[in-house]
Amino acid sequence: MRAYMIRRLLALLPTLFFASVIVFATVRMIPGDIIDLMISQNDISAGKTDRAQLERVLGLDQPIYIQYFRWVGGIVLRGDFGSSLWQEQSVIAEIGARLPTTFQLGFMALFVALVVAVPIGVWSAIRQDTWGDYLGRSFSILMLAVPGFWMGTMVMVFPSIWWGISPAVKFVPFFEDPVANMLQLAIPAVILGTSLSAITMRMTRTMMLEVLRQDYIRTAWAKGMNERTMVVRHALRNALIPVVTLIGLQAPILIGGTVIMEQIFVIPGMGLMLLEAVSRRDYPVITGVFLIVGVAVVLINLIVDLSYGLLDPKVRYR
Amino acid sequence: MSAVLQQPAEVLAPTRGRVANFFIRLFREKPLGAAGLVIFVLFLLCGAFADLLAPYGMNQISMSNRLKPPSARFWLGTDHLGRDMLSRMLYGAQLSVIIAFAAATLATVISVVVGIVTGYLGGRVDMTTQRLVDAWMSFPELIILIVVVSVLGPGMVQVIFVLGLTFGIGGSRIVRGAVVSVRENMYVHAAQSMGAGTPRILLQHILPNILPPVIVLFTTRVGAVILVESGLSFLGFGVPPPAPTWGGMLSGSGRTYMYLAPWLALMPGLAITIVVYAINILGDALRDLLDPRMRGSR
Repeated sequence: MRAYMIRRLLALLPTLFFASVIVFATVRMIPGDIIDLMISQNDISAGKTDRAQLERVLGLDQPIYIQYFRWVGGIVLRGDFGSSLWQEQSVIAEIGARLPTTFQLGFMALFVALVVAVPIGVWSAIRQDTWGDYLGRSFSILMLAVPGFWMGTMVMVFPSIWWGISPAVKFVPFFEDPVANMLQLAIPAVILGTSLSAITMRMTRTMMLEVLRQDYIRTAWAKGMNERTMVVRHALRNALIPVVTLIGLQAPILIGGTVIMEQIFVIPGMGLMLLEAVSRRDYPVITGVFLIVGVAVVLINLIVDLSYGLLDPKVRYR
Repeated sequence: MSAVLQQPAEVLAPTRGRVANFFIRLFREKPLGAAGLVIFVLFLLCGAFADLLAPYGMNQISMSNRLKPPSARFWLGTDHLGRDMLSRMLYGAQLSVIIAFAAATLATVISVVVGIVTGYLGGRVDMTTQRLVDAWMSFPELIILIVVVSVLGPGMVQVIFVLGLTFGIGGSRIVRGAVVSVRENMYVHAAQSMGAGTPRILLQHILPNILPPVIVLFTTRVGAVILVESGLSFLGFGVPPPAPTWGGMLSGSGRTYMYLAPWLALMPGLAITIVVYAINILGDALRDLLDPRMRGSR
């Protein structure tokens, strides 16, 4: 297990390296005239409006590879992502303040997704080709097609028109009032979760069908075991392992979804931070959020891979 | 020659007959998928003939008809500038068709090129490329798009390019997987032993045999592009207004006037849902008919 973990961690290095190159290259595509634009629009706080100074702040006065190593070096050695062009605050501090909210929303959505997906997926599999199965599968394909931002907007509009209910606009931090906070995040989490549940449900169904054809399930039937015990104790436990991998694969979709939900429901997380930074052309913030999101996804996948060993005793790491 | 010998007789039948047969099978065995195909074709026709179908211009303003609910004159109502929603929806379909097809085509080409080359060559090229693909796939499409648009500025070309690139790199995994399973077939070894060059093997032997997953990939990409593009437009990073994108209509007048005129927000979302749903069920049916191995996966 330890050898596997070390190997898995080493394999992470090239991925993280490429991720940093992607982030760096994307944001460095800033055409020169954007700087002129920033100056002319007076986008930047006073005192930095000089062109040479601005280039220095953005680090554009150095050769490209030095810029890269400086930037990566700062992050790896000092955890320094630079500071916002607007507020005199370090990017990492701002991300640290925003990240927990996005994580909370993400976890709540994931919870909803599993609570919806697993029972429907199991039901679809054990009642294959019945009306319940068709209904469950149609629901899951439909959920894949509904845009989250539209559902979010509808949830805000119709209750308000019909019953005069509208969601609170002011965000309540978790530590101020946990109950109000959870209630506030519940609606976006449910919307995000149901759309995520579609893929998980299909996967659960497929894996359950596969497991239900195994010999040991037939043996369990032959012993006269009741269906509930068999499904829960024998089939589900084996079927759920690949579903866990799916959670890792869905992490990017989940984070992408939180951006939209944060925008609609005005939740001050990383997504809203990115959108605000983009509207102000605050490149150090954009770069920081972009990189953190990528690294978070890589780490989530690492955790998922490692948890495999705990869930499935068959997997003895080579 | 060897490839021809290896293929089942059915493949040798004239192409037109095969395509017709395929559609007959689709309608007979997969009624839901066929329904998806019909809706999808209707969507394409709406996009293609938006100029003829739209009763009004897409930006034809009529201040005396602001925020009118759906009626005989304005089937889907009007927005805050008195623009006819039906016309804007049709022109929106046109934009969606253009963006979806351009981006899905670009994505499929990238997937096929990257997937075939890395899958067939293997070795160090494959290793390095796969790590790059890993890294790329760690970024949510929406976030890559937001960042790139923040750098390049909004516009249709940027949206198509980035969507194509993002989905293309992600899809290369699927193509690569198909290539890896095909490349060990006897006809490939036969071609190699006969001295066929790599480009010839890739084009003549590998490519035709991975077409089924590629067709499915393309179909599902069209739906995915429509969905992500609408999200991007909703956030204000898509094709800029007054272009009538479905996502943009939902976020602009749709959200400002959503309590006064809920149809403004209702219609575009409904259109997106119906079209993407149709494409998804069509994609599922195609997957079942063309590529049984991929059944149930996504």
